Order: sequence, then C-alpha cells, then structure tokens
Amino acid sequence: MEKKDLKSKWNLTPEGWNLEGVPACQDENRYTQVGRSVPRIDGPIKVKGEAIYTGDMTLPGMVYGKIKRSTYAHAIIKNIDCSKALELPGVLAVLTGDEAPNKWGIVPQAANETVLAVGKVRFYGEGVAAVAALDEETAEAALELIEVEYEPLPVLLDPFESMERSQEVLIHEDSKGNIMHAGEQVYGDVDKAFAGCEYVLEREFHTNYPQHGFLEPHSALASYDAQNGQLHLWASSQIPHYLHRQMSIVLEIPMNKIRVTLPTIGGGFGGKGEAAPSEFVACLLSRKVGRPVKVVYDRQEVFYTNKGRHPCHMKVKMGLDKDGYIQAVDFDNTLDKGAYSGWGIVVLFYTASMIHLPYKVPNARFRGRSVYTNKPSTGAMRGLGGVQPRWALECLMDEMAEMMGISPYELKLKNAIESGHTCINNMFVPHSEFKKCLETAVKKSGFLEKQGKLPFGKGIGMAGGYYITGTAYTLYQNYKPHTTVMIRVDTEGGVTLLCAAAEIGQGCNTVMAQMVAEELGIHYEDVHVQSGDTEIGAFDLGSFASRLTYAAGAAIKMACVEINQRLKETAAGMLGVRADQLVIKNHEIYSMYEIKKRISWEKAVEAYTSIKGTLVGMGNFSPPRRKGIDIISGNRVQGANIGHSPTFGFSSQVHEVEVDVETGRIYVKKVTEAGDCGTPVNPMSVDGQVEGSIMFNIGACLYEDQKLDVNGKHLNPNFHDYKTPTTMEMPEMDTNIVESYDHSAPFGVKETGEGAVQPTFPALTNAIYDAIGVRFYNLPITPEMVLRALKD
Amino acid sequence: MKKLIELDINGRIYEVAIDARDLLIDVIRNKVGLTGSKKGCGDGDCGACTVLIDGKPELSCIKLAIASQGKKITTIEGLVKEGGQLHPIQQAYVDHGAVQCGFCTPGMILSSKALLDRNPNPTKHYIKHELSGNICRCTGYKRIIEAVEAAAKVWSKEGVQ
Repeated sequence: MEKKDLKSKWNLTPEGWNLEGVPACQDENRYTQVGRSVPRIDGPIKVKGEAIYTGDMTLPGMVYGKIKRSTYAHAIIKNIDCSKALELPGVLAVLTGDEAPNKWGIVPQAANETVLAVGKVRFYGEGVAAVAALDEETAEAALELIEVEYEPLPVLLDPFESMERSQEVLIHEDSKGNIMHAGEQVYGDVDKAFAGCEYVLEREFHTNYPQHGFLEPHSALASYDAQNGQLHLWASSQIPHYLHRQMSIVLEIPMNKIRVTLPTIGGGFGGKGEAAPSEFVACLLSRKVGRPVKVVYDRQEVFYTNKGRHPCHMKVKMGLDKDGYIQAVDFDNTLDKGAYSGWGIVVLFYTASMIHLPYKVPNARFRGRSVYTNKPSTGAMRGLGGVQPRWALECLMDEMAEMMGISPYELKLKNAIESGHTCINNMFVPHSEFKKCLETAVKKSGFLEKQGKLPFGKGIGMAGGYYITGTAYTLYQNYKPHTTVMIRVDTEGGVTLLCAAAEIGQGCNTVMAQMVAEELGIHYEDVHVQSGDTEIGAFDLGSFASRLTYAAGAAIKMACVEINQRLKETAAGMLGVRADQLVIKNHEIYSMYEIKKRISWEKAVEAYTSIKGTLVGMGNFSPPRRKGIDIISGNRVQGANIGHSPTFGFSSQVHEVEVDVETGRIYVKKVTEAGDCGTPVNPMSVDGQVEGSIMFNIGACLYEDQKLDVNGKHLNPNFHDYKTPTTMEMPEMDTNIVESYDHSAPFGVKETGEGAVQPTFPALTNAIYDAIGVRFYNLPITPEMVLRALKD
Repeated sequence: MKKLIELDINGRIYEVAIDARDLLIDVIRNKVGLTGSKKGCGDGDCGACTVLIDGKPELSCIKLAIASQGKKITTIEGLVKEGGQLHPIQQAYVDHGAVQCGFCTPGMILSSKALLDRNPNPTKHYIKHELSGNICRCTGYKRIIEAVEAAAKVWSKEGVQ
C-alpha cells in the first residue's frame, strides 16, 4: 500500500480521510482497516495451545467410533459378521452399510457414495463397518472381531486400462466403459485455425497423484438428542452447508433438526471440501447409541480416504500465427476419478475452462473424460482443475517461445488478457493486472538476463496463472444467495458478525472482521466473529473456490448499509445536521461539512438501542450468473457454466533451480512471485497464502505422489514415505502484491488462496529445462528421472 | 494392568493410571487433559506432538508415558508466562503471521524454543535445520523462520528463560 499523501486534494478532513462521494479508486487512503497487515484474531489462542479442534473435544458420556476398512481394492462383499464384535464388553453398537444406504456426494446429480460400502468395495481401505465402544482400545479390538468375506474382482488402477477392460468389469454398474462422464466443448473452428498457423506444437503431459496433507486428520463429534430428535455435529470440514445438506439426506432427518458447528480446523486445502464418512459414522452411531460419539481418523485412514488431486493425462496442441498470437488450442484430457464421483463433472469442466485464461484464445476445443479406477476418489485439492492444465499449457508455451526464438515472457505478455476481456466461452474478466504480474516477477528476478545464460545445472523458468474468485453457481440446482451474513450491534455485545463461513486456517475470520470494521467505521479488534455454525450463523456455501473474501465482503457491505443508515439518522437528530451529510470513521460520526459537529459512534449506538433495541443488518451475495455459451454461435455449451466467476485473480512466478547432476536432486533456490489479488485486505495474510501455495506445489511437483501396489494397496500412506517439503526444501521467496483494484468487487478484492499454486509446476519445470536442457512431461520430477534423462 | 505413575508436566505433578503401552501424547491429551499437543500422524513424522523433555524436543506420539517418569515435561501450555502473557516466541509467531491453521504451531513453537535455548543467535540455516522435523502445510515456513529470527533478537537481548 502506498503511503498516504497528505497533500492530496481528496484529503479534506483534518484526519486526512476521504469524503464520501470521492471515487474510491482515486483515493489511496480510502481504507483504514482493510489493507492493514493486522495479526490474526485467532493467533494468540493458537500459539497458547488453547484453540479447540474437534479431536480436543469431550462431551459427557462420549464414546468412540472406529471404522473397519476393506483389505481389497475391488471386491464383492459376500458377508459381514459382527456378532463377535457385539459380544465384546464395552462395545455399544455396530454399523454396516445397509443401515444407511442413501447415496451422498457434494454434486447431487453424481452422488454415488455410501457411508460404508454396500455390496461391494471399490478402493483399498473403504469403510465396511463401524463400531461404537466405551474407549478407543475396545473399539479397535472390536474391529478385529468383525469378519468380512470378500470375493475379489479385477483391480483397475489406470484410467486407460479401466476403459479398455470395462467389458470385463465395471466399477459402477451404471457407468458404461467405466467412464463417469465424457464431454466436449468446441468454440470456433479449431482445425481451420490450426491450418493457418505458423507454429503448431502438440505434447502429452501426465500429472501425479498428490494429496492434501492437512495436519489435522478428519475428525467428527456427533451428539444426537433422542428426546427432541436434534443432532449436533462438530466436524473438521470446509463446507458446513454441504455437509449439513448431505447429512440430512443420509440420515433422513430434516435439515432444521441438524446443526453443524466447526471448531478450529487444522487445514483443508480441499480435502475437507466434501463430507467424510467419519462425519456420517459419528452421527449414525450417536443416533444408534444415544450418546455423543467421536470419530478421529489416524493418518493412514486419511490417506486411504483422501480425495486428492486428479491425475490427468493430457494432450495439448497449440497454434500461433507468425507474430506469436495464439490462434487455437486443442486439449484432450483423461482424468483419473478414483472410485467415486465426488465433485463429479466439476473438475472435468474446470480443466476445460482453464484453456480460456489468462491468454486470449480465439478458437478452442476440449475433449475430456473422467474415468473410474479402484483408487481413493480424487476431488478438490488447492487450485481444483487448474493446476494440471496450467502446467501443460505454460510448459507448451515455453517450448513454443523457443521454437519462435523469443523469450517466453514476450510470448506470454503478447497474449495476456486485460481488464474487460470476454472469453470465447462467455467468461467475463472485469479486471486484470496479469501483465503487471508478468512484468513484476520477470523484472524483480532478472529473468531476461538469466534465462539461457546460466551455467549447466542452474536454471530459471517462468509461468503465469489465474484462478476464480468464487463460482457462479451452487453445486445443486438453486439460485439462492451464496452467502448471507448478519451483523448485530448493541451496547452489550458490541459488534458481532454472525455467518457460516468456514475458517479453516486461511484467516477469513480476521479478514471479515477487518471488512466489517471498515464498513462500520470502527476498528477490527471491536468486531466479534461468530462463523462456521449453521444455526448461529447465516447461510454460507463454505471455503472452496477461493470465494470467501469476495462473497463475505459483498454481504458484509450490504449488511452495513442498514446499520450505518440507522446510526446516521440517530446521530443526525442528536447533532442537528442532515443524515446524508454524515461520515462514520474511526469510532466517530461527523458532518462532512461542519467537522466540529461530531459524536462518538458508541453514543449513537446507545441512543439508537435505548429506543429501538438491538440493531441488526442483514446482507447477502449472489454472484453474476453468466451462461457458458459459444459467443460466436450463441449456442449453449455443456459444462461451460463451470469456470465462470465474479472476478479472477492472476499471478506469475519465476523459479530458479540448481540441479545436482551427480544425484539428480533438484534444489529450488529462489521463487519470485507477483500476484494480482485486488485489494489485499490483510497483506500479511496474502503473503502467507502465497508462500504456502508455492511450497505446497513445489512438494507436489518434486516429491509427492501416492503409490499403490498392483492390488491397490497403499505403499506410502504416511508422512514418512509420502514426502512433503520441510524447512530444508524452502527456497528464498520474494512475493509481491501488485497494485490492483477491481471496481466490480467489494473493497476491490479478488482471490489469493488458490491462484498462487497455479504457476508453480510450470515455472519449476521450465527452470529445470533451462538448467539441464531436458523437458519433463511427467510428474513428480524425481532424481531418478533427472539422472535417467541426463544419461540419455 | 494399570500402573500409577507421576508425570511432571509444566512444573506440576500429575498422578495418572496408565498401561505400560500408553503413549505420552495420549496420556497428556486424554488423561491429563492438556490438548494443546497435537496428534498429526501418530508415527513421529510430522512433529505436531513435539513436547520438551528435560528441555529437549521429543515426539510424544512415539514415546511411552512410562518412560517419561522423573523428567521435566513442557507442553505448549507451559510456555505462557504468569498472568497469561505470551512467551516471546509465541508473540513473534503471532506478530509475523507464522500461524495459519495452527495445528503444527504448538510443536513448532516448542522446537523453536529448544533451538533458541541451545543457540540464542542462530543462523537461518540452523533454524531451518532444527525445524525440519516439524511439518507445516499452510505457511510455506517463511514466516515461521522470520518469527524465530525475531524471537532470537529478543532472546539475546533479554535472556528469556
């Protein structure tokens, strides 16, 4: 943020604040609470170890639930015998799949998962039965006593094999060819465009199978009150609403009898973006035994049931005209869906939408299929649907720049979109500082001076990227607002924001407090945030799609209109001025023309509430809902609503690496990043998101990959063998927030939580090419691959 | 067969009935009730369960409670100073944005304390090396290292215990 300019003609008040009516974009000092790097409001309790996570909770009479897991990746369940387990002293109940057969899934059209396997298991470690017992040891012992008889089926672990052998074996009876969904999106005339291109290149890319690695395992605590039929669930979830909804379907009790509360959440990264069997099992067992039941996964169970990133097998073809402008992209993608549909077609078509930004693409074709395999289902993982195609496209462009004999920076800058861009699929980008991101990262890293000029073994690479700032549609057919907030103001509670946003560690509670404070003219410390509760809070879709800052910001702004209006009217009467001439800033209400006429904000609140009682403002947010059409023909295109967003965040990264040619090890030495996140509500938090994103995907690019044996059994279901980056792998990081303000957005904000993961794979891959002259088309890029490539 | 043992945790003696196979993390969390120490992996890989035993960082999820008798155990709850004031390391973590989801934080802070106890003027490399047993998936570590560096400055100035 620029330092405030006291000489600016817009700063007419003694305090240097702007007056109402000044266009916000012209006043750098427009905000006092937004744009400040304030410490997190939950920081102190977290460093003291006092934050309560689900697993830390105990309720009177609480018992423990555990899940019996399949030892086959694909098998028919012939019989489950729980009699011995039930006889074990201390065992209160046993649960099997047929007791809760209703299908769940975050996308209702594709819901095909049951709480525990019914009739057949489809991945190794799938739950087949559950027990509730007085203590964990007894529950574990009881699992051993449950006898399950299996009839093994062929295990399909590769999507191509799965399609090929579908005549022989189907993973889901209703999915022919073992294909969950296949789709095509065509815009313009791709073949004709390629024919006129000067440069055309086609490559195949294959991505790996990483998972989230959030440190807090899935945990759930359910308490069912048999007398009034009320269920209360505490869960480590990113999506209290979708969980609430699915719980109602599975338990067959109305949503108004279920309350979902989020205690402190130990990270999610998308992995807690779907309901989890732990949550259903806790609720079902609690209803069965009439006591609170806690289910906490161990790390192995998290690996068994994780919904990690889809391995993608991509063929990408791009054509440029003689000047280097992109004319066409042809993209074919085969996604490994794992055992159940989960996010369904969403990820498939997100990968499709990634063709259209952040470069101008006039003709595009996508063909894709999401294929079932006998692995843990894949789902949402930081940068859902974006990371894989971004890697392919940015690496391909790097190669094409070399073909043309120009810098990849020049090629990317030339094709970069700008504010107001409408993509060929009707996606509209209200604002973009993408070019500024490219310029900043390249300039600050010295990319142009270094690329191609470093000694063998050292390299530098760059890439751009973007991500959505929330979605345009809900995951089930509905047009209700995506977020509703309620702000309560009175002399007793002060200011309280009540909402159902999910604080999963990203810092949304702090950011929301800053936005409320900004809008009400008070300080962020004055705002109490009650979030993550479906009963206390109002409606919210949850933490995914990088949506919260934007959505909550818009709802908060709306809720504050009513509150400010009432307080201004009250103050106007007290001061003898017109309400519409009043400004509220820094705990004071004053006339913009007679600045001596002022009254403290608290006095106005007291005056209002003493007559009218508690002051409440409601606000909600509905995103713009553009349709996914071919803008040339005007025709609707299947799945093309997916990828639309109120606005988009952009970023660029430059990675510098050193490759040890003796061992093949890759050391990331420095990462220079520049991001367009609109107004950074809390710049320290933004940097934290960006730094975390970079490390997250350095891990997935170089180390992380879930390995299964031929029977689908996990080979590395722990942090010992599944390598995540430690402090020793941390490069020097230079993250830069470019100056940006999106006029269409509340406070000018955009996303930052997932955009910064996008350029990491390609920037790193391109840097490795610059270092050793080898282009890699498979992930993760292991030392073995490097050594083999160097040998060849 | 349960056995009654005494554990010295944060300067207070707790008498707990345990099985010989009970892990220290489970006793601290479930029997003593100090839930600040976290169980992230149960295999000694992630460091979330780190406690200090006689000043040294130890992984309480792979340590038997019975083997911890007669030793001084410090958990994250024991770091807060009198009157609820934050320890300088805790303060540095808050001020530098080194906390996101907070699940790794207690273990990370105790590892940080141990490294500063050993070396109040650490280099960046030393800090990285000493914290490499604690996984954090949120922050990318940068701010954690900065926080430890900031705490080290206070440390060498004031000689915090």
